[in-house]
Amino acid sequence: MRYVDEFRDPEKAKSLLGAIEQLALELAPGRAKPLQIMEVCGGHTHSIFRYGIEGMLPDAIELVHGPGCPVCVLPMGRVDDCVALAEQPGVIFTTFGDAMRVPGSRKSLMQAKADGADIRMVYSPLDALDLARRNPGRDVVFFGLGFETTMPSTALTILQAEAEGVRNFSVFCNHITIIPTLKALLDLPDLQLDGFLGPGHVTMVIGTAPYRFIAEDYHKPMVIAGFEPLDILQSLWMVLRQLADGRHVIENQYRRIVPEDGNAAARGAVERVYELRPFFEWRGLGSIDHSGVRIRDDYAAYDAERRFAVPALQIADPKACQCGDVLKGVIKPWQCRVFGTVCTPETPLGALMVSSEGACAAYYQFGNLDLAALAQRPPTETTPA
Amino acid sequence: MSAGAAIRQRSGRVGLAKVALSHGSGGKAMRDLIDDVFVGAFANPTLAPLEDQARLDLASLAASGDRLAFTTDSYVVDPLIFPGGDIGTLAVNGTVNDLAVGGAVPLYLSCGMIIEEGLEVGLLRRIAASMRHAAEAAGVQIVTGDTKVVHKGAADKLFINTSGIGVIPPGRELGAARARPGDVVLVNGLLGDHGAAILNARGDLALSTPIESDCAALHGLIEAMLTACPEIRCLRDATRGGLASVLNEFAQSSGVGILIDETALPIRPEVKAFCEILGLDPLYLANEGKLVAVVPAPAAARLQEAMRAHPLGRRAAAIGEVAAAPIATVIMRTGFGGQRVVDMLVGDQLPRIC
Repeated sequence: MRYVDEFRDPEKAKSLLGAIEQLALELAPGRAKPLQIMEVCGGHTHSIFRYGIEGMLPDAIELVHGPGCPVCVLPMGRVDDCVALAEQPGVIFTTFGDAMRVPGSRKSLMQAKADGADIRMVYSPLDALDLARRNPGRDVVFFGLGFETTMPSTALTILQAEAEGVRNFSVFCNHITIIPTLKALLDLPDLQLDGFLGPGHVTMVIGTAPYRFIAEDYHKPMVIAGFEPLDILQSLWMVLRQLADGRHVIENQYRRIVPEDGNAAARGAVERVYELRPFFEWRGLGSIDHSGVRIRDDYAAYDAERRFAVPALQIADPKACQCGDVLKGVIKPWQCRVFGTVCTPETPLGALMVSSEGACAAYYQFGNLDLAALAQRPPTETTPA
Repeated sequence: MSAGAAIRQRSGRVGLAKVALSHGSGGKAMRDLIDDVFVGAFANPTLAPLEDQARLDLASLAASGDRLAFTTDSYVVDPLIFPGGDIGTLAVNGTVNDLAVGGAVPLYLSCGMIIEEGLEVGLLRRIAASMRHAAEAAGVQIVTGDTKVVHKGAADKLFINTSGIGVIPPGRELGAARARPGDVVLVNGLLGDHGAAILNARGDLALSTPIESDCAALHGLIEAMLTACPEIRCLRDATRGGLASVLNEFAQSSGVGILIDETALPIRPEVKAFCEILGLDPLYLANEGKLVAVVPAPAAARLQEAMRAHPLGRRAAAIGEVAAAPIATVIMRTGFGGQRVVDMLVGDQLPRIC
C-alpha cells in the first residue's frame, strides 16, 4: 500500500530502536524505575499492540496507555441514557460500531438491539443524517462520541441538517475534550510520568498551542505523534531526546497531517455548535471540570437531551473495576483484580475491555506473552505471494 | 406448510411476480412454484420421483469409500446477490467445501428454502439457476428439498439450508488435532475477499472498490492436494471468523502453537486498504474459497507446487509453521518486526471510532 508501507519499514524500525536504546542507556543512571511515557490516544494504543511495538522496546521504557479512547471513558450512566433513547418508540438510534458493546448498568446497546430497539451502526454522522432524510416518519438520534477528532464532523452535520431543514435528526452529545483531562492527570499525586506522546488527530484540529502548559507548567516533554509504527518509534525517540537534553517542549512529529495552528474551519464549526459543560463524568477518572461539551441553545432542536426524556442518572463504576488506575498508569491491565477473570472481552466489566483501543482488550487480545523463545526461531521459508 | 421433500416433475407455472404466502401453503400454488422454479433448475433422476425423501444406492457409495461424510449449513447472507456470486452459489459451494475439507468426495445435497413473502420470483429463479450451475460445476446433485414461505418480516428475504453427503476414500485421515511441531501452514490464495466484498456490497460504506467474493467449490483443488500430498494433516476452509479462527482451532485442538508471518500472508492491496479505512483486521474477514492446510515440513514444497498448478491455488503460499509452544496460541510476526497474539474474535468485528 503506497503512503502506508513506507511508515512500516522494518529496517528503519531497527535503526530507530537502536537510537532509542542508546538514549535509554544515557538516561538510565540514577533511575530506580523505567521511564514512563504515556500515549494519550487510544489510536496509538491500538497501533502499539497491533505491531507488537511494546515488545520491541528496551525494558528501561514503559508505555502507559492513557485516557484517549472515547469509548473506554464513557460512564455507565451515559450508556444507560443511550439505551433509554434507543428504546423510545419511533427512534432510530445510530452509533459508531465500537460503542455497541460498552456495558451499561442494565444492558449494552448490543443487548438493547437484541431486545428490539432499532440501533444501527454508522461510519459517519452524515450516514445518520441520511437515514433521517430517508425515514421522515422516524426520529434519528446520532450518538455523538469522541474527542476533538470527531467533534467537528458532528457539528457540521448539525449545521447541514439545519441548512436542509431536516427536523427528525438530533445528536446525543457526549463529545469530550482532552486538555482538561490531561491537566487533571498531571495533577494526580500518584502519577509519575516522564513524557507524553500527543494525540495526532485531535491536534490536527486544535493545533499544538493548547498543550504548552504541559511543557511550561509541568516541565514534561510532549511529541505530537502519528499512528503508523515508525511514527510512534520516532516520536518516542524525540521524547527521549528531549529528556536527555534536559528540554521540555511541545514538538510535532506528525507534520504531514498536523499543522501547528490546527484546523480553523473545524474549530469554527465546533465553536458555533457547542459550549463547554461545567463538568463531565469520565469512567474511571470521575468528574472533570469543563471536560465535555453540549449543544448550544441556538441548536436546541438538534439536541437529543432536550428533545427526549433522558434519565441522566449517575451510576458508580463497578467496585471491582480498576479501569481508573489503569488509565492513570498506576497499574498495568493484568494487575487489575478482575482482568481476564470476571472482566473479559465477552463479558466486559470495565470499558477498557471493550474497545480494541482499550488497553485491557488490547492486552487480552494481542497478549503480552513471553515470546523471547519463539523470537529466536528463523522465519518461515516462503515464496513471494 | 411442509412441501415434502420430493420436488415433482415440472408441470405448473408461477403466474405472480412475487412469492405469496400461498406458495408455501401446500396447495397448487406451492406445487407450481416448486415445479417451475426448483425442479426445472435442479432436474436429476434422484430428485424426479414423487417421494418425500431421496433414495441413495448404498452399494455404489460403499464402492468409493469406507466412511460417509454428512454436513449441514444455513446461508443467510445479505445482500442476496453480491460481486462474485449470490446466496445460491454460496449455499452449494459452502456445503461442498465442508465435505471436501474432510477428505470426502461430495455427492448429494439437500436444499431447504425459507422465503419471505414478497420476494421476487425472478430473483428466486436466478438463485435457483446459480445453484444448478454451482452444483454442476462441483459434480454434486441436489436430490431433495423443502420450501417454506413466511410472513413479511419473519425472515430476511431468503434463507437457504443445504445438507451434504459425500464419501471418504479409505486412508484419508484429516483432523484439526493432528498438527505437530515443525509442520508448515499453507493457504491456497488471497485472503479476505469475500468478507470485504459483502461489507462493500451492503453499500453503507460508500466505498467503491472492485473486490469480488472468492466463492468457489474447493473439492477439485483438495483432490489434487491429497493426491500430491497424502501426508496433509489438517485441512479446513476459512469461512466466518477468517484465517485467525481456523488457526486458533488447529492450535487448540492439537495443543500446539502456530506462528505466522504477516509478510507472507497473501492479501490484495484493495482488501488491505479497505481494512485500513474501516479499522478491520483482514485475518478475521470471511472467505468462501480459501482453505488452510497443515503439512509435515518435508512435503510442504510439493504441496505448494500441486496447489499452484490448480486454478484455485495459483496464489498458494506458506504462511507459517507449527511450534511446540506456546500451547493453543497463534502468534504473528508483524511485518514491522514485532510479535502479537492472534486470538479468536469476540463477537463481530466492530469498526473503530477514529
